[in-house]
Amino acid sequence: MFLINCPFCGERDQSEFSSGGEAHIVRPKQPTELSDDEWAEYLFMRKNIKGIQFERWNHVHGCRKWFNVVRNTSNDKILSVYKMGEKPPVNYK
Amino acid sequence: MPNYRIHKTEYIDETKRVSFKYDGKTYFGYEGDTLASALLANGIHLVGRSFKYHRPRGIVSCGAEEPNAICQIGSKKDLTEPNVRATELELYEGLEASSQNCWPNVKFDIGGINNFISPLIPAGFYYKTFMWPKSFWKKVYEPLIRLSAGLGKSPTEPDPDIYDHKYVHYDVLVIGGGVSGIIAAKMAAKNNLKTLLVDDKKILGGSTIYQNNESIKIDDKLSSEWLKNEIQEIKKLSNLTIKTRTSIAAYHGYNFLLAKENLTDHLPEEKKKNKIRQRLWKIRAKKVVIATGSIERPLVFNNNDRPGILLSNSINKYLDYYGVTCGENIILFTNNDSAYETSISLHKKGIKNIIVDLRKSASSELIKQAESLGIKIYFNHVVTNTFGYRKINSLEIMRLSEDGNTTVGNKIRLSCDCLGMSGGWTPMVHMHTQSGGKLDFRDEDQVFLPKENSEDQISVGSCNGDFDLENIIDKTVNKINKFLDIDNQDYQDTNIICSKEYDKRNIWLLPNKIPLGKTKCFIDFQNDSTAKDIKLALKEGFRSIEHVKRYTTTGMATDQGKLSNMHALGIIADTAGVKMGTLGTTTFRPPFTPLTFGTLVGRNVGKFFEVVRKTSMHEWHVENNAEFENVGQWKRPWYYPKNGENMYDAVQRESKAARDSAGILDASTLGKIDIQGSDASEFLNRIYTNAWSKLAIGKCRYGLMLNEDGMVYDDGVTTRISENHYLMTTTTGGAANVLSKLEDYLQTEWPELDVYLTSVTDHYSTASICGPNSKKILNKLFPNLDLNDENFPHMSFKEDKIENINCRIMRISFTGELSYEINIESKYGHSLWKMCIEAGKEFNLTPYGTETMHLLRAEKGFIIVGQDTDGTMTPSDLQMDWIVSKKKYDFIGKRSLYRSDTMREDRKQLVGLLTDDPKEILEEGAQIVSNVKSKPIDMLGHVTSSYFSPNLNKSIALAVVRSGKTMKGQKLIIPMENKNINVTVSDTIFLDKENKRLNA
Ligand SMILES: [Zn+2]
Repeated sequence: MFLINCPFCGERDQSEFSSGGEAHIVRPKQPTELSDDEWAEYLFMRKNIKGIQFERWNHVHGCRKWFNVVRNTSNDKILSVYKMGEKPPVNYK
Repeated sequence: MPNYRIHKTEYIDETKRVSFKYDGKTYFGYEGDTLASALLANGIHLVGRSFKYHRPRGIVSCGAEEPNAICQIGSKKDLTEPNVRATELELYEGLEASSQNCWPNVKFDIGGINNFISPLIPAGFYYKTFMWPKSFWKKVYEPLIRLSAGLGKSPTEPDPDIYDHKYVHYDVLVIGGGVSGIIAAKMAAKNNLKTLLVDDKKILGGSTIYQNNESIKIDDKLSSEWLKNEIQEIKKLSNLTIKTRTSIAAYHGYNFLLAKENLTDHLPEEKKKNKIRQRLWKIRAKKVVIATGSIERPLVFNNNDRPGILLSNSINKYLDYYGVTCGENIILFTNNDSAYETSISLHKKGIKNIIVDLRKSASSELIKQAESLGIKIYFNHVVTNTFGYRKINSLEIMRLSEDGNTTVGNKIRLSCDCLGMSGGWTPMVHMHTQSGGKLDFRDEDQVFLPKENSEDQISVGSCNGDFDLENIIDKTVNKINKFLDIDNQDYQDTNIICSKEYDKRNIWLLPNKIPLGKTKCFIDFQNDSTAKDIKLALKEGFRSIEHVKRYTTTGMATDQGKLSNMHALGIIADTAGVKMGTLGTTTFRPPFTPLTFGTLVGRNVGKFFEVVRKTSMHEWHVENNAEFENVGQWKRPWYYPKNGENMYDAVQRESKAARDSAGILDASTLGKIDIQGSDASEFLNRIYTNAWSKLAIGKCRYGLMLNEDGMVYDDGVTTRISENHYLMTTTTGGAANVLSKLEDYLQTEWPELDVYLTSVTDHYSTASICGPNSKKILNKLFPNLDLNDENFPHMSFKEDKIENINCRIMRISFTGELSYEINIESKYGHSLWKMCIEAGKEFNLTPYGTETMHLLRAEKGFIIVGQDTDGTMTPSDLQMDWIVSKKKYDFIGKRSLYRSDTMREDRKQLVGLLTDDPKEILEEGAQIVSNVKSKPIDMLGHVTSSYFSPNLNKSIALAVVRSGKTMKGQKLIIPMENKNINVTVSDTIFLDKENKRLNA
């Protein structure tokens, strides 16, 4: 059970949050220009990394804000937490 | 009656006699006993039959690792509990326990015949034998196995006990109250860290608390005396919480641990009443110290499972802690020094005992002490067989060969009434591995040890492989100082004297002249798997420890292999010729010891099981006889039976009334989202498939919301209240998810939009009045409101007051009838409803529930998201292309509507179905085919909604059918269990295609 440091509320139990999958997937601005394959890439394809992964989380039973998390999926350690729109920390890239 | 209680100890209160029943017979013990110690004091070793062979089995241990002494407690249907370990159960007045797995009784057991046919029951027997014929499984094999196996009985009625949950936060959690745990807790607490110390026993102190050997001393005192002093001291520490009778069940990530505290299991029946039985502690600790100790290993030799054969250290605890001797003529069989402590202790109490030691020789303090006491020691000898049916009465030993692989010389037969075995110690690394820690293997004494200790978790004491007291204390102090980054000097000058063990000799499977196939060398006592089974599994090609475990069922009983896993691994390694450390171990899974469901569920039972949401009108529905349906967490009126009507009749009556005159529905549960901001219109444009910019203020519009994959997600009517203010409605069940989805897009994709979302579902109550007379009823309620179709047309909205209270009135319809929805602040909902009912009396205004609502909308062909859709339906599949804007450049899901797959012509599409026999009602979910003759039958789709329409006087249904759009007029078949039903594909709208009734 993670302890997640919501950038707006501070450390809270995982049960207050819901996970929103991979982070930094931007919805295409001009979807109609995309081929089926390009659209499918956006819509369906997700990394499933053993190691350092960038994820979206929502403090759903708290401030309801979305934010980003850097997590090492092999040991579940959360390495960094940052707000939507902020750039991922370079040291984990 | 024999009495094996031979001396007084401070842990047994002989002034408090306790009577209890075991297998129907009354016995006595004392306060302080466990059920096991009380049974042993009464000379009872035999406590059950083994699982597969039904061999007599006795108490083996004194703790959580006990494989045999598991009992059924009590006999009441609601309170009886199976699989309780007699070694952990504290004795109380009136306790009733019975042995498990021994029908008809423990002394005469039909299943015992398995013992004689045991050559026929090898590893994997159940998998191999009970396979054929298949039809035998359900009727013959399974009942047979269940009858003869039966590991206890579950209660058959709800648990009346109270359970509790508690969340706590600590700087340091120490698991285990033995020497190292006590030291760690003291060091942490004295350094101003908020500390919690838990121990599963009644008192702290672990195995040192009853230690009484003169050769083991701390500061010139017996180690037990020194420890008692330490315990007195830590009890005074203000920031240390001590919880005894509390065991850690699970160690999750981020130092989140679950602990079970036993509060009343040791109390007599009348004192348990109205008290919390167990409390589940949910602990977050910044740092965790694991000091869970180690458990003694048995030895694997022929017939090592007879009653009277125990772990050597358990014999010691029963003697020194409980004052009970396990026999009068005891043999201790060992490969290490710890049995010598038992031996010396027995000798001191005048119990005759001898030692059989696998080692060629040994020379520690303890051994010298035993020798000087004149205790007979057979070095370099092995037990090769034991005798006695219900209890051991003698055994055979032989000399070991130089390499230890075989036996030499003559058999020596020794009589005894008890055998203690000590195969060394296994550190309890369960907590370490549950937390994600890895293990290392130490060859010297063949133990798995915690590999590295992370920054927030550490193992100390014998669970870390430190066995002698000097080592334990020194290392614990050093490690804790480092771990907590403190500089505690309390133990700087502590003077520890203890015996040091120098000699080790570990043999996992002890040699024997008898071929292995003819021996019974048990590894897992509870699941009855033997060394032979392990070897057979290897012979049959199993290699992975996880596979061998499942095939032989070793380690899969309620004790989870606490005594057996190491031997299984050792024998696999020896047989396969690999190094034991390279095999790894099986996974240690929580819980460490079994938990009751009650503990896990806590207070969330009965009406607290789930949140229930009720509308403001709920009491009226109850008073008026409504049957309720659960929709998400909401209780919604389902139908209102009158005069003993069944559901069908009630729904027919309600549906007819709604179309003939007027009906009223409590629509308060529909999700309501208040949307405000200068970009609100643009936002709606992006989330709905249709266009919103041109919706006039005061108008309503139906919208369909898709997922990004193009599939229908939710629907509902949204009203433009003012320029930058909309009120969206969602389905009842989808409300929370829709809000989350909208927030997600606003926060992450379109943060530039000026839009604010507020859930107002609970803020407003909604009464929906429909039917040709609804306008007249509205006129009575709102006499000043202009209801003229021109001024208040379909899909528009007005505000008015009812007795000074603001109402929002939407003229919208989910039934196809002229219809108004009145929204009012929730607190007035009940009054509003009653006023509507009163006003509608002269028009036979009939309250109707969700079932009638579903029927009425089906007559009109309106979909219900989640009933007629299932996450694979596009708007086009639903024949709703009209709602998808061609002009809008983008909206959620738009691009997916042009994927090759979503454009397929042969997707499942929504159609209407009419049965050839208009009285025949289809079953929802029934499959649809066109041909029942050619096999395999091609499945075309299924029925999604089906009703008998009282207004059309015929059966109607909605269905999804492959290429359904092109099949209008075509005949299809619904094959049912006893018959085939013929249907014709129709339009989805069955009633009033021209929408005349909306303006009736
Ligand atoms: Zn938050």
